[in-house]
Amino acid sequence: MSATAQTEQEIEAGRQRLRLWVTSGPGLVWIMIFLLIPSAVLLGIAFFSADDYGAPVLPFSVQPFQQVAGYSLLGWDPGNITIFLRSLGQAGIATLVSAALSYPLVFFILSRPEALRPLLLLFIVLPSWTNQVVRTYAWLELLGPNAPVSWVAHLLHAVPPDLGLAPGSFAVTTGLAYNYLPYMIVPLYASAEKLDWTLVEAGRDLYASGVRLFWHAVFPQTLPGLLSGIIFVAIPAFGDYVVPQLLGGDKALMIGSLIANQFTETPDWPYGAALTIIMLVFTGMGLVGFRILTRKLGGAEEATI
Amino acid sequence: MSASASPAAAAAAPSPKRGAISIRGITRIFAGSVPAVDHVDLEIHAGEFFTLLGPSGCGKTTLLRMIAGFETPDEGKILISGRDMEDVPAHKRAVNTVFQSYALFPHLNVEQNIGFGLRMKGVKTPERKKRVDAIMEMLQIGQFATRSAAQLSGGQRQRVALARALVNEPEVVLLDEPLSALDAKLRNELQIELLRMQKRLGMTFIFVTHDQHEALVMSDRIGVMSKGKLEQVGPVLDVYEKPKNVFVAEFLGLSNIWPITSSGAHSAASPIGELSIDAPLNGANMAMIRPEKIWIYNDTAAPKDRANLFFGTVREAIYMGAATQYRIELAGGHSVLAFDTNNQATERSWRPGEKVAVELKPDNIMLISP
Repeated sequence: MSATAQTEQEIEAGRQRLRLWVTSGPGLVWIMIFLLIPSAVLLGIAFFSADDYGAPVLPFSVQPFQQVAGYSLLGWDPGNITIFLRSLGQAGIATLVSAALSYPLVFFILSRPEALRPLLLLFIVLPSWTNQVVRTYAWLELLGPNAPVSWVAHLLHAVPPDLGLAPGSFAVTTGLAYNYLPYMIVPLYASAEKLDWTLVEAGRDLYASGVRLFWHAVFPQTLPGLLSGIIFVAIPAFGDYVVPQLLGGDKALMIGSLIANQFTETPDWPYGAALTIIMLVFTGMGLVGFRILTRKLGGAEEATI
Repeated sequence: MSASASPAAAAAAPSPKRGAISIRGITRIFAGSVPAVDHVDLEIHAGEFFTLLGPSGCGKTTLLRMIAGFETPDEGKILISGRDMEDVPAHKRAVNTVFQSYALFPHLNVEQNIGFGLRMKGVKTPERKKRVDAIMEMLQIGQFATRSAAQLSGGQRQRVALARALVNEPEVVLLDEPLSALDAKLRNELQIELLRMQKRLGMTFIFVTHDQHEALVMSDRIGVMSKGKLEQVGPVLDVYEKPKNVFVAEFLGLSNIWPITSSGAHSAASPIGELSIDAPLNGANMAMIRPEKIWIYNDTAAPKDRANLFFGTVREAIYMGAATQYRIELAGGHSVLAFDTNNQATERSWRPGEKVAVELKPDNIMLISP
């Protein structure tokens, strides 16, 4: 009797293993082919020397990493550090801007009749279904030298005559914030939708209003969504290529463009690979740091991807 | 006392007491619906424990929320301590609410939750700490001061919610079914605690509940609500003993109710037979008697000369510890509900099938409207 039960259990366990492999198999193969193997190749390439055409050749070398840190035959140059800090700054400001825009938008949508809300959300997500290049070009037109926005900027003496707001840092930040706004709005909406309005009433009941009411009764409740949104916006914005390439010009080079250059215009594969690895390491460290912060803030399990 | 415009005279003018509430013609209609609160007039005295009692959806919570300032009346006025609340937003009212769901801030600990209102009012730290500590001691929650709300049991949370309201020394405390999520024992404990706090602090308490027992135990006065209207307002005893209508009678406790028509100066015809009554009908067309006011006799020992004596058979006997509830079927087929206390359980208890007589004393019969 017990022997039969045991065999049955074993068969059941076997079935479950099989089911697990069958269902997760395709995903694993995908990750293997398109993530793990390329990453391993990239890591390998970073330790080669470059030939005259930039292709990896022996002998092994750590020179690409020295290059990343700014050392070359001509001595140390702060260029890469500047680009890294600029990328961080642009991504940071773009994240802040998208968060600041998302709060009013999310609560506006939530204030509409329930049947209308999915449609309004759709309008926010819809643009991201079109090509990023096209949308970014549109910003180039909007912020370019002969566009009304730049005329206003001229009047305010924000930019010199004949120059527009694009290309430049302002345009990059705007483009990034615009591009990744939906990734901030969606998680923020998800947590704002679950908002316990009784807590808001409790806040009002206990003499809070306006900014203080938001800060004490609304903000803590939307924190999980905000933290998710920050991750979804800051990380891709940090490594973005299209936006700085189109809207940045020469003076607003970001790390994504720098990496791309090593595989296109001035090829140096090992250097490009080393840059990519370092960027991934920093992004990973950022994520881990953020998770620790999230845990400290408490109750933000949604932000821990 | 004639209108001299000096400020001194204005200050000396008789002002309604701190914590008194006047509700005048208050109406609230939610879009596309029947009125949730329909022209309600109500005076709540300073320092009393007033209960709004009614079934769910009767408008009692909406009325409470209008006093708190969370809902705006469509019509009518609310005066708190004599001041019109029309343009006073929730955060400026000297009123604090204890919510059904407690509504404690999850990112703050117990102490911070309780001190929140004082902090928002700008009370400085030393003073705030003193008051928070005092109220925590009064409610015996001092040992949880640094815990978060999530680490507390239901009863502890409710104490914190109560402390968070009381520490502000509001003129009025509003309680929205604060005990409904607790188990029976804890509920009884907190009922007594609430009453004690209210008597000690002398604040006006407005308590919303659908539990008639809770209302009877706790209140000085009760307002019974149904479908947005106040059916009856009065001291607990009056509302229970002299309900105005069938709704109030049935909502507060059990009752026997029969339609009646006048058949003489002191008698009325009812489905169970001719009833002797004490007073003229005066427009009433229902007779009501509470089960505990009915006397039961063995049919052989019944005092046959008494008025309103009816014979019947016990059909149900439900033993409830302190009392037994009987359903007695009368000769005509109608049933009467009667209680008898179990103080002499062996001599005075009846089993289903036994023949008994019931006496409905005329002064125990209330004449009510439908």
